[in-house]
Amino acid sequence: MTIYGVAMLAACFLIGKLIGEGLGDLIGIDANIGGVGFAMILLIMGSQWLHQRRWLDTLTESGITFWSNMYIPVIVAMSATQNVKGALSGGMIALLAGTIPTALCFLMIPWLSRLQKRTTSEHVDKTEG
Amino acid sequence: MKEVMNILLNDGLLLASISVALVLALSMWISSRLTNKKIPGAAIAIFLGLILAYAGGVASGGDRGIADVGLFAGFTMLGGSMLRDFTIVATAMGARFSEMKKAGMTGVLSLMIGVAGSFSFGAVLAYLFGYQDVKSMTTIGAGACTFIVGPVTGTAIGADSEVIALSIAAGVIKSIFVTIGTPWVARLVGLNNPQTAMIYGGLIGTTSGVAAGLAATDPKLVPYGAITATFYTGLGCLLCPSMLYLILQWLASA
Repeated sequence: MTIYGVAMLAACFLIGKLIGEGLGDLIGIDANIGGVGFAMILLIMGSQWLHQRRWLDTLTESGITFWSNMYIPVIVAMSATQNVKGALSGGMIALLAGTIPTALCFLMIPWLSRLQKRTTSEHVDKTEG
Repeated sequence: MKEVMNILLNDGLLLASISVALVLALSMWISSRLTNKKIPGAAIAIFLGLILAYAGGVASGGDRGIADVGLFAGFTMLGGSMLRDFTIVATAMGARFSEMKKAGMTGVLSLMIGVAGSFSFGAVLAYLFGYQDVKSMTTIGAGACTFIVGPVTGTAIGADSEVIALSIAAGVIKSIFVTIGTPWVARLVGLNNPQTAMIYGGLIGTTSGVAAGLAATDPKLVPYGAITATFYTGLGCLLCPSMLYLILQWLASA
């Protein structure tokens, strides 16, 4: 049933958030550290586990893929609720502090990506992906 | 007429869904007819969303974009953090764990460089613009990380509210810049595979920007970028008001 998929997604989401919240508490800051990330890892591992046992039918899976397909509309709605006017009126310093460091980070992507390839080049499986 | 308005207002989420569908339909049309699919429809839709947000802010004077304009309040539901995070997690369904493991250590390194790098550049800019006390420099540097790290840091170390507002503005500008910029620089920096997407997520960090930027570039990469980006804000909230603040203080007194 579709709701099984939705429930599985919701469970992964909540457990992930709890882990993130707990991690924040542990370090002593009021922030969720990687909650969404943990939830994603749980979902990947959980669905693989179910898949191997053939317990994941198409209907159950559709409860998850529906939300995955809703991702772009949700992001469009999110963009439409940002405080764009406020941000643009923050003046020159907000504009520069928001863009220059970011542009420099963009430029570091190729360098780190090469570093990553070098460290894992021994065991890259070309059939994967 | 009054009844029609009431229905639309009470079921705001539904009106927001229809509105977003119209925005997406228009964007897909623009993408295929006017740009020959060179600019993805999602990128155009997100950009139109930002324009709507600006228009909403001008019309209402509020800070929630289009959602402050009467009928469109439902946008905060559809675009709120719960559904955003929920749908991001759902995208992991198509991701492979083996791909993620490959980026392992480099992903962690990119997070460290991303937070420390943005913070340092932001702090230097603050200094150049005359915000030369350590608290202001720290807060604006934190704002250059994300619009959450900025106010969390500023509040923690007791910065001026004007500086905190600036740090939020810097963070939102970053998020907008990443959203619009990512599809343009993607080819330039080789952002076309899961590992690079993870490095990108770690370096850039701002979850909404990363998520929207990747959606506009290649939706298949979203889960990989999101999974590192989700650790960025937490790490920023951890490092900015503590270690990075202390380092700045030490530099200022030396």
